[in-house]
Amino acid sequence: MAATNSRSCLQYLIHLAHDHLDFRLPEIKALLSLRGKPFTPSENFKEKCPFWCLEGLSEEDVCSVMARSVCAKSAFELWGHGQTHSELRTSLLNYPMENMTPFMRKDSTYRINVYTFNKTLEFADRIKRIDALDYLPFEGTVSLKSPQHVFCLLEDYGTDPNNIPEHPDYIYFGRWIADGQRELIRSHSVKNRHFIGNTSMEAGLSFIMTNHAKVKENDLVFDPFVGTGSLLVACSQFGAYVCGTDIDYNTIHGKGRSSRKNQKWRGVDENIRANLRQYGTEKMYLDVMVSDASKPVWRRTAVFDAIITDPPYGIRESTRRTGSNKDMTKPCDGDYAESHVPVSQEYHLSDIFSDLLNFSAHHLVMGGRLVYWLPVYRPEYCEEMVPLHPCLRLISNCEQTLSSHTSRRLITMEKVKEPEELDSLAHLSDPRFSPYQGHNAFREKYFSGLNKKCAKEDNKSNVNGE
Amino acid sequence: MKLLTHNMLTSHVKGVIKGYPLLIKATEVKVNEVEFNPQFVSRMIPKLEWSALVQAAEELGQRQDLPSDLVPDYETNEEFLKKVHRVLLEVEVVEGCLQCPESGREFPISRGIPNMLLNEDEV
Repeated sequence: MAATNSRSCLQYLIHLAHDHLDFRLPEIKALLSLRGKPFTPSENFKEKCPFWCLEGLSEEDVCSVMARSVCAKSAFELWGHGQTHSELRTSLLNYPMENMTPFMRKDSTYRINVYTFNKTLEFADRIKRIDALDYLPFEGTVSLKSPQHVFCLLEDYGTDPNNIPEHPDYIYFGRWIADGQRELIRSHSVKNRHFIGNTSMEAGLSFIMTNHAKVKENDLVFDPFVGTGSLLVACSQFGAYVCGTDIDYNTIHGKGRSSRKNQKWRGVDENIRANLRQYGTEKMYLDVMVSDASKPVWRRTAVFDAIITDPPYGIRESTRRTGSNKDMTKPCDGDYAESHVPVSQEYHLSDIFSDLLNFSAHHLVMGGRLVYWLPVYRPEYCEEMVPLHPCLRLISNCEQTLSSHTSRRLITMEKVKEPEELDSLAHLSDPRFSPYQGHNAFREKYFSGLNKKCAKEDNKSNVNGE
Repeated sequence: MKLLTHNMLTSHVKGVIKGYPLLIKATEVKVNEVEFNPQFVSRMIPKLEWSALVQAAEELGQRQDLPSDLVPDYETNEEFLKKVHRVLLEVEVVEGCLQCPESGREFPISRGIPNMLLNEDEV
């Protein structure tokens, strides 16, 4: 495979982290579409492989993707590749000299890294690999500490850790351009976050959701089941103004029992606003409110650029909405005391999803995205179970496995038309919602497969929950 | 509660036809400095009910010289955008309540957070 590139149609190599495999392609596609660019892989593209070659992009495109991606580790301008070192050599020697020389000048400094996937090389072997590249006309001075240009030799030894081949399956060589945002996973870890709850979304997935939703600077983003605001933290990091609601008064006000070990009660100022302040994005905070997602308080206007949420499934957080099944006769006292807790009733999962889709159809701007988690009982799952809406187009559906028989799926939808009178009723005849009819259906199945010991442990960890 | 949020809220009390805008009865109002972002303010202006914003600012005694009509070419009028920025994002109701203009139902605001829950007999 000889590369016959010219400056105008360079190939770029993206090195992806080998976790959340399902979520990588929708993330990179969404980030490219923020640049108005399609996803054009080279031939032999394999989604599960940690190395992707992309075509039809500029270096600026790649840099802007890397400035957002938490799935990608690094990006390179691809200079050569092949199945063996001799193929790589042929490929590199065919690479246009005028594309290389600007980065190899006498007065420049550089270093070469060797990266191997699914194999660890001895130091001496890595040096050998670098020495073997002596056919490349490097004229600059090596600087390990602060090089102007960084090059990388990447060897792919497949994805099976129990069967590591002697020689790599594939080899790439390129000029490093940018790293992705993996660092955000550490810097925004919920372990060090000021205010958390039992079901706070982990940092990595929060950022992935933000990217799937194509959240961008100056957007307005809403989370109707905001909890402790993990998703708002991620959105504000990428320059969006954020707001959220939750039915739980204590969570919104940061009161009640702490979710942390060794700490019984939440401290003062444990709230969503303080979380944003912790990461320097308080200026992106609009408001949070105590409100019931089944009774929206927003006027009918398309205002949100994205709606990102993790609805409660009734496993670790209960699904409640205001209202009562009893025939109420006793009216409440005339004044609406701050402390009054309305009676709440079960909020059926099917209703949560139909309410969420209808709300999104009305309140998203055209082209705006809804990103949410759908709990799934795996033995019964089929694609037809994903709720649809006439105004929302399904963009992606990625699975995160939770146990042998349960998982949750990250659903991304995009608003494609304004709702009309009939559209809000569309779901009623839709058999898709039936698996979630009956509030406890998913919950019962979730617990049915667990043995007693597991169930016990789950109960224990839920002691602090509501 | 910021006035941008207030501008987007409506009463959802059962049977109410004209529940917008909610009246603000504030007992504590704060003005927090927020970094000025002309692009965001310009993006929000077409989504606003302008008269409701002016009325809300008036109710809080924070209108200053905010004009009663939206000025043309506001995108390039930085002085105007700064005034809008102030009422949208810097003025905050800390304590008080929101009142449905039709039913009179009040929704308390405490520590800056509105409680929009209806009681079980109202839904």
